[in-house]
Amino acid sequence: MEAYISLFVKAVFIENLALSFFLGMCTFIAVSKKISTAMGLGIAVMVVQAITVPANNVVYHALLKEDALSWLGITGVDLSFLALLSCIGMIAALVQILEMILDKFFPALYFALGVFLPLITVNCAILGGSLFMIERDYNFGESVTYGVGSGLGWALAITVMAGVREKLKYSDIPAGLQGLGITFITAGLMSLGFMAFSGIQL
Amino acid sequence: MSAILNDSILNDETKKVLTAPLVNDNPITLQVLGICSALAVTSQMSTSLIMALALTLVTAFSSAAISAIRNHIPSSIRIIVQMTIIASLVIVVDQLLKAFAYDVSKQLSVFVGLIITNCIVMGRAEGYAMKNPPLESFMDGIGNGLGYSLILVIVAFFRETLGSGKLLGIEVFKLTKDGGWYDPNGLMLLPPSAFFIIGLIIWGVRQWKPAQAEKSEYKIMSIAHGEGGHH
Repeated sequence: MEAYISLFVKAVFIENLALSFFLGMCTFIAVSKKISTAMGLGIAVMVVQAITVPANNVVYHALLKEDALSWLGITGVDLSFLALLSCIGMIAALVQILEMILDKFFPALYFALGVFLPLITVNCAILGGSLFMIERDYNFGESVTYGVGSGLGWALAITVMAGVREKLKYSDIPAGLQGLGITFITAGLMSLGFMAFSGIQL
Repeated sequence: MSAILNDSILNDETKKVLTAPLVNDNPITLQVLGICSALAVTSQMSTSLIMALALTLVTAFSSAAISAIRNHIPSSIRIIVQMTIIASLVIVVDQLLKAFAYDVSKQLSVFVGLIITNCIVMGRAEGYAMKNPPLESFMDGIGNGLGYSLILVIVAFFRETLGSGKLLGIEVFKLTKDGGWYDPNGLMLLPPSAFFIIGLIIWGVRQWKPAQAEKSEYKIMSIAHGEGGHH
């Protein structure tokens, strides 16, 4: 149990996907102008991440890993080079299914999150989470923890960023630094703040 | 000059798509695309160069391939088709790196795979290759890849020289711990420095080309003193 808690805290704060691995930066910069939209996207990323990482974990361990097909009686086959293709296919398919389920059963939620869902397929944070899961060889329980934790960390980072940017728009910034430039500097300062967590021993 | 160029394959359109993305229409500083991986691999020059090369090749070949079949892709499933082509190319690059440059491929870890979701590749496929013939699309891919590479190399240059006193592993500044004079700045090897350097590059470029600057939403008015000159 303790291992799971430490993995969770690590995924949220110490190895924050947005601020220490720079994943999902394109959307992180583009959709962080208002707190409400940023939070909506953050929650959508968290939900999708919590579903896709474990799903990719199952596919990888049941089909792609070296000798994974032994339950079919086929041995000596290593399909792990297909992991990239299967991960992105899985993500695209799951996002599509999620969109349809939300549309059918939770229309209110669909209207709130709907616009963000297509953006999520091409969000590097989602694919990055799955690839980290494969590289670090997590088992199923760890992959669930990591999926929820890393999604929450990303959501936290983009919401905080939007809060800073909402205040920042009233400030007097040099013309060339306006907009994108100052956003990067702010992200750098936030990343410095998150570096402080890296001293925590778990 | 132009007469020579007209004879070669470099006609005006090709030249434009090849050079515009370097400064005037840079994918990173102006279009805000592909920054995800631009920051993570830049703590060393060698990894950045490999990454830049990989991305340029993937963008060029995927644009060419997508452009070649652009009239046969139904628009409702075009994203899936583009992604499959891009992912297949990335798998080829990944396998090549694992075979011939295993150490670098270990250092780049998941970031080679993340070329699939790099917005530059998808952006060029969707924005240019779907409307233009293969050769131009190929050149456009190369041009945008080079624009990305330029920023990557600049960032890596500052991070590696200031952070560890080396460039491509060769000593540039002699470090204090080896009896030299340079005390390395450890912050340069950590993630925040990449944000700062890109922010400063953007500031520099926009100061140089003011047309790229964004308008501020609110202007601060000086009420207290007026602007003077009315006495």
